[in-house]
Amino acid sequence: MPNVSKIRKNNMAIPLTDLDRGKTGKVLEISGGRGIRQKLDALGIRTGVKIKKISSQILRGPAIVQAGNTKVAIGYGMAGKIIVDVVHHEHK
Amino acid sequence: MRRILLVGNPNVGKSAIFSHLTGINVITSNYPGTTVEFTRGYLLIKGGKFEIIDIPGTYTLEPCSKAEKVAVDMISNEGGDAIINVVDATNLERNLGLTLQLLKQNAPVIAALNFWDETKHLGIRIDAKGLENILGAPVVPTCGLTGEGIKELVERLPFTKSKTYDYKEEEKWLEIGGIVSRVQKLSHRHHTFLDKLEEISTHPLTGIPFALLILFLTFKTVRFIGEGLINYILDPLFNKLYYPLIVNAVNTILPVKFLQDILLGTTPKVMESFGLLTTGIYIPLAVVLPYIAAFYLILSALEDIGYLPRAAVLLDFLFHKMGLHGYASIPVILGFGCKVPAILSLRILESDREKIIAAVLILMMAPCIPQTAMIMSLIAPHGTGCLLAIFLLLFLISVSTSFALNKLIKGETPELFLEIPPYRMPHVPTLAKKLWIRLKAYFMEAAPMIILGVFIVGVLDALGVTDFMARSLGRPVVSILGLPEETISVMLLGFLRKDVSIALLAPFDLNAKQLVVASVFMVLYLPCIATFFTLSKESGIKNALKIVSLMLFTAVLAGALLNLLHY
Repeated sequence: MPNVSKIRKNNMAIPLTDLDRGKTGKVLEISGGRGIRQKLDALGIRTGVKIKKISSQILRGPAIVQAGNTKVAIGYGMAGKIIVDVVHHEHK
Repeated sequence: MRRILLVGNPNVGKSAIFSHLTGINVITSNYPGTTVEFTRGYLLIKGGKFEIIDIPGTYTLEPCSKAEKVAVDMISNEGGDAIINVVDATNLERNLGLTLQLLKQNAPVIAALNFWDETKHLGIRIDAKGLENILGAPVVPTCGLTGEGIKELVERLPFTKSKTYDYKEEEKWLEIGGIVSRVQKLSHRHHTFLDKLEEISTHPLTGIPFALLILFLTFKTVRFIGEGLINYILDPLFNKLYYPLIVNAVNTILPVKFLQDILLGTTPKVMESFGLLTTGIYIPLAVVLPYIAAFYLILSALEDIGYLPRAAVLLDFLFHKMGLHGYASIPVILGFGCKVPAILSLRILESDREKIIAAVLILMMAPCIPQTAMIMSLIAPHGTGCLLAIFLLLFLISVSTSFALNKLIKGETPELFLEIPPYRMPHVPTLAKKLWIRLKAYFMEAAPMIILGVFIVGVLDALGVTDFMARSLGRPVVSILGLPEETISVMLLGFLRKDVSIALLAPFDLNAKQLVVASVFMVLYLPCIATFFTLSKESGIKNALKIVSLMLFTAVLAGALLNLLHY
């Protein structure tokens, strides 16, 4: 995944697992196969969409994110494949 | 006859609308995947008869899972004369993805904007007429719980339209974004009690204590309601009113000793006599029913509030170690009630590997609620400690068996990926209806089996078969499990009804240790016959037999080890 490492270098793009609770990120890339992308897409998570991390569990548990008005629980491994750009100024 | 399909994303309230259209009560819950089978019903309007089919939810017509594939095959291949597309109005954008795909199909579509009442609380305003004009197909706001809008939905069924909206598939979401910005207005809303609940139940620090609190309260409430009903209402009713009456009646009408023994039993102790009209009535109505009602009341409330998917998130880390993801916890929780619907709900899982491991967990982690009721009434005199020991032992045995299976069966452990529905206040009439469906299932299917079981025991006993089996097959049981020889007949009968089999232990006067060993053994050793048939239908006779052999092996091993322990 050469793309991902390049994006990571400019220090704004992080995997969803590293996003802080309560923060919003814009999806830059989903580094997985077609299957994963299709699944996420069905629940409104796709490149360019803003998602908010509602919670995450200890011991590499799943994260809950909100996309639009939909909340989705995503396992740790899958969450690591979603690369987001942290949105700093969030308007309510 | 014309056929109408109910199609929509998971958890948008299709089954609630189905109930209103057909008058058939089906189980509805607040989590995705409640409906795993096609349910058929009929709607009569103006002389015409329509077949309505409730289809399991799908997010898209390009299926990502097996469950979705089944739904999509039904929509695309078998098709229908019309489609009612149930849309979650609080999630318009995401739901329109499927709507646009449906509008490309041949079957004409009408859209129901469900959860219409909720949009108001959420500060969402949707211009339904505007949406109708854009889509070109009728759009009707509905509320599946109260039935609001269902009448209009039916009235406008003749005006469904097909192929009214064309777009390029790759520009779908851009297109939908455009539609939503034209018909939907959002305004600020205040935080509510349910938001607070969300925070507490999913935060890593408070989530697990909260889950334990729920578990504790469930256990306490089930015992409180169950024992309250038994001690203050059902037991007095039976002993003071029914029992003297029936004994008198049988003695006067049927002066035949053999028949009297079968109908009334041989002793006046109701838990030990096994008379068809005494024990056969007492067990299903005065021992098991109160606990079933109490348990399903709590479970149904937790389902409707939407707690189960949150529990799935919290349990994900544990289930991951067993080769499952947290979603598998929902069938396991359902299994605390009855194993049959729990096994059916395994369809929400993907691979055979997951299904086998989850089936083992469902069958071994806890007794079903009728069996739990019998264990409680039998063990309670020996103290809560014994009761806790049984449940703890079962938990440890089932989890370690699943750990082992995860190592033995090759394959990947899938990732949790699950929509978390919003918390909702339970709608009391819907809750009552669901409780009724579940109690009715017990009356229709389980209670007759209990009475039949009691009857068979009575006949076998009267014919001396039990004595014979105890002498021939009883020896190994004695030596391995440390139980009386006669209990063998109990174990043979457990296959028919697991709750009756526990009740059959009552006459043997077992000590606390023997009761713990016997209970653990009898929960684990075989599934009941209804569960066995469901399991072989769902996962094939071969897998079912493998699972049953594993259970039997584990039960003997666990029983033998427990018997060897000194405590």
